[in-house]
Amino acid sequence: MKHIAIGILGAATLGLMASAATAGTLDTVKAKGFIQCGVSTGLAGFSAPDDKGDWKGLDADFCRAVAAAVFGDGSKVKFTPLSAKERFTALQSGEIDLLSRNTTWTSNRDSALGLDFVGVTYYDGQGFMINAKKLPGVNSALQLSGAAVCVQSGTTTELNLADYFKKNKMEYNPVVFEKLEEVNAAYDSGRCDVYTTDQSGLYGIRLTLASPADHVVLPEIISKEPLGPAVRQGDDQWAHVVRWTYFALLNAEEAGVTQANVDEMKTSNDPNIQRMLGTEPDGKYGSDLGLSNDWVVNIVKAVGNYGEMFERNVGSGSPLKIARGINALWTKGGLQYGPPIR
Amino acid sequence: MQEHDLSWVRTEMVLAERAPTSERGPVAWVRKNLIATTGDTILTIIGFVIVAMILPQVINWAFLSAQWTGPDRTVCTTVAQGGIQQDGWSGACWAFVNAKFGQFMFGTYPIEERWRPILVAILFVALLAPMLIPRVPRKGLNALLLFVALPIVAFILLVGGMFGLPHVETARWGGLLVTLSLSFVGIAVSLPLGTMLALGRRSKMPIVKMLCIIFIETVRGIPLITVLFFVSVMLPLFLPAGVTFDKFLRALIGVSLFAAAYMAEVVRGGLQAIPKGQYEGADSLGLGYWQKMGLIVLPQALKLVIPGIVNTFIGMFKDTSLVLIISMFDLLGVVKQNFSDPNWATPQTARSGLVFAAFVFWLFCFGMSRYSMYTERRLDTGYKR
Amino acid sequence: MASQEILSEEPNRGSFINDPKIRSLVFQTLVVILLFGSVWWVVNNVIDNLQRLHIASGFAFLKGRAGFDISQTPIAYTSDSTYGRAIIVGLINTIIVAVAGIVTATIIGFVVGIGRLSQNWLIQKICTVYVEVFRNIPPLLVIFFWYSGVLAVLPAPRDSIHLPFGSYLNQRGFYFPSAIWGDGSWLILVALVVALAMAWFVAHRARQRQLTTGQQFPVFWTSVGLIVGLPLLAYALSGFPVTFDFPKQSTFNLTGGFQVKPEFLSLYLALSCYTAAFIAEIVRAGIRGVSKGQTEAAAALGLRSGSILRLVVVPQAMRIVIPPLTSQYLNLTKNSSLAIAIGYPDLTATAGTVLNQTGQAVEGVLIMMVVYLILSLVTSAVMNVVNARMALVER
Repeated sequence: MKHIAIGILGAATLGLMASAATAGTLDTVKAKGFIQCGVSTGLAGFSAPDDKGDWKGLDADFCRAVAAAVFGDGSKVKFTPLSAKERFTALQSGEIDLLSRNTTWTSNRDSALGLDFVGVTYYDGQGFMINAKKLPGVNSALQLSGAAVCVQSGTTTELNLADYFKKNKMEYNPVVFEKLEEVNAAYDSGRCDVYTTDQSGLYGIRLTLASPADHVVLPEIISKEPLGPAVRQGDDQWAHVVRWTYFALLNAEEAGVTQANVDEMKTSNDPNIQRMLGTEPDGKYGSDLGLSNDWVVNIVKAVGNYGEMFERNVGSGSPLKIARGINALWTKGGLQYGPPIR
Repeated sequence: MQEHDLSWVRTEMVLAERAPTSERGPVAWVRKNLIATTGDTILTIIGFVIVAMILPQVINWAFLSAQWTGPDRTVCTTVAQGGIQQDGWSGACWAFVNAKFGQFMFGTYPIEERWRPILVAILFVALLAPMLIPRVPRKGLNALLLFVALPIVAFILLVGGMFGLPHVETARWGGLLVTLSLSFVGIAVSLPLGTMLALGRRSKMPIVKMLCIIFIETVRGIPLITVLFFVSVMLPLFLPAGVTFDKFLRALIGVSLFAAAYMAEVVRGGLQAIPKGQYEGADSLGLGYWQKMGLIVLPQALKLVIPGIVNTFIGMFKDTSLVLIISMFDLLGVVKQNFSDPNWATPQTARSGLVFAAFVFWLFCFGMSRYSMYTERRLDTGYKR
Repeated sequence: MASQEILSEEPNRGSFINDPKIRSLVFQTLVVILLFGSVWWVVNNVIDNLQRLHIASGFAFLKGRAGFDISQTPIAYTSDSTYGRAIIVGLINTIIVAVAGIVTATIIGFVVGIGRLSQNWLIQKICTVYVEVFRNIPPLLVIFFWYSGVLAVLPAPRDSIHLPFGSYLNQRGFYFPSAIWGDGSWLILVALVVALAMAWFVAHRARQRQLTTGQQFPVFWTSVGLIVGLPLLAYALSGFPVTFDFPKQSTFNLTGGFQVKPEFLSLYLALSCYTAAFIAEIVRAGIRGVSKGQTEAAAALGLRSGSILRLVVVPQAMRIVIPPLTSQYLNLTKNSSLAIAIGYPDLTATAGTVLNQTGQAVEGVLIMMVVYLILSLVTSAVMNVVNARMALVER
């Protein structure tokens, strides 16, 4: 009898502990009333604080989109700036609920690091930037043998760089720093000839240099850098919420739902839009995800659709002026493709 | 006197002669202090050359050519770099420090709430000043206010979220505010903790003794950066799932533990210096362990090692700058972060910002070391035989 | 039952709660239980966290391919080497900068420390200003100052500053010609070894001679002559086999020769300057700690002022100086971990990169801590040996 009782007690305790451990992030987030979102320490266009300390950028806006989906209010999000080194443990340990910090999706990170990438909010590739004024005549990365290359440590960039120079049998001097600001400062002061990181980053960084016009981004793209938000492994419900927030942004753009016309669109007769905006009679796509049925309306009201987010932060509406390129919707020849909401 | 009419005896003192120029006056001073020997003369010449090379440049850079105010980088750049200064200009860009001063002090603490840290600073100074002046009475009450009441008030004021004060996340703290609050808490925690560790190390209980030795020697053997990595990266993994705590708090824990280990060694030195008779005397009075330590030994021991304690404080104050490596923005971190502001990117920005930060750190550390020397001299008298 | 009888037979010494032995036993047991409890709790949490999050654990990752390059590699290392080797490269870099810094800081520290006691007012003031400035600012700031304030504003490689002997200085560092050892260079090495052995022998004999006859022998200059002259002779005899590789301008950088990177340079200079200020204070205290009677007695014996310093003052001052000097050496070694802020690939930086590439934070931080601990222990052990030789031998 005694043994059985202890066994039941033990099992119950274990069960309790297990459920406490996996108590969904969604519930935790709803209980505390905001999303803790990990961002970079400052990368123009993706996540950088402005003069007032408000976080701006594509990655920051994605956090707001998730907050809008969960709470109907895009401002219920708190940002934690993280260095490359801290970002994974911060997510693993539960310090943040969502990592939206220009992080490359790789198999290793998806498996051994305990992360779960939900999608690719920005398809990027690694490139090189040089000071054309100081190095006239260099117009290809293959001419860079012997150069000093500035790179941020602990990134996939650092690894790709080593691979690229090795493959092309070229020499280089790595100049490695922990933080982006340090890499920027070193490149700007002339400590190295070449700056390498994701191309989008290069465009953003170029603007912060002392004389942006002197610097050119070389045409070569040496790697695939699918950047996207990640959540902790083993919490499917939360992963779904984040993943479908991203898909909703894409679908909204595809259907032409914008921040300006979202309220008019609610009266649309298009069943596709009705399903998406939760106006379809007894549709419950939102509540199935654990959200309200007008979740997409909230998202679009808070940050607009994916296209608007892109143009505002990194595209034509921003100083970066990056073309959509492969980040256009699939209907326009790009790679961004949102599975249907139904 | 009258009967000896010795007319050659002088009745009044002759006026004192001026000392010969070889013994007094500027010439003698120069002779004695600058050109006493050939070797001295050579050294003096070398010294003069060094000073003549450095000093005019420093003065010119920091004061004469410096730019004190200005809207953006143009005031601190030459025409060739796109500014207004003539080519070849080199001077400090205090305009940068001027423009960013608020950030250097408070980080991104909301501007409309900045009266809160200022109020805390005023309270702190108001409580610290009487503490430092030996003549002011009621040291006990003062210490109680400073080390117990002030932290509570400061916490409420700085963090907010109660009594109608809006909550300010520690992520928005920065600058001197972070440097000072980290060091103050570090000091307040490390002294008692270090004393406990020192007592533990001299304890007769083998297990307690061993644990204290292991802790002290391990922490003293590793750099603060690894301790900070430890608390910022590993600590979250040590706690049950979902339990986390503030990054600022983690840095506080790291800095305090680190300082406590060093403090323990300083206090141990004091404990060892107390003659055995004091311990035995306390025992013979029938005092218990804590009475013996608290009433007899520690008051004497701590007084002996005040210089060492202050040195540890100074070291810790300087060490708080390391938190910038775990992406927290103390004074140095904020200064450095602002180098990348394109509005102020000039060749002089880094130098000016760093010199400013160095000056602030120097003021505090130099002040502390001078105060410790003063206390040392004041307390020294009691031990002279 | 039996035990109770024994207890009741004990003489009445008051309640056993007041027995200090039992008290300490109970207290220690509590401490041990508490300690093991919390260790068990922490380990449990770590294991639970790692499993729940599917994070890899164990030290197998050390054998994996590193994949990243390191800017300063004293031993052979490429991106194909293992993570373990990357950490070793970092460790060697730490040791290089620590040893170089210790040597320079000691020299500057002694010069400044003696300078503060100088009769010469100007020298004394310069040294005081030096000490008060560097002692009171954080080392990290000194490192940044050298790196961003001084070295980063040097000219670009194209306009390098020419220095004597074919060396150059620019914002990429300090370049000087490196020697290429041709055939027959071994003779020079042999000559050097022979010269060192002879110098030691001469010194030994000279001391014996002085002890027996009182006559002195110019050991220093003889040794210098031997150590410089013999290898030079060998160099000439073997037909000048050593040639020099001079730095040359190429597309991006100066190539050839030996390059000292600005990261190393600024870390080394900063650590040396910073620690020297503390060593200067220690030296000053040490020299002042030798009582005046010693100097006067030595003078009464007829020693010259140089000999007084060398034979009487310094040996006694060293006894006071060495223990705090040891902790300064330890501090310098630990402060070298600040390298991470300017990208010098020391142990903290490479281990940090490995930690980040593999995501194994627990193991990474553990390796860092253990290695620094070992470094500290080795440094203390070496200095303890020195201290033991210096200590007062009571006869």
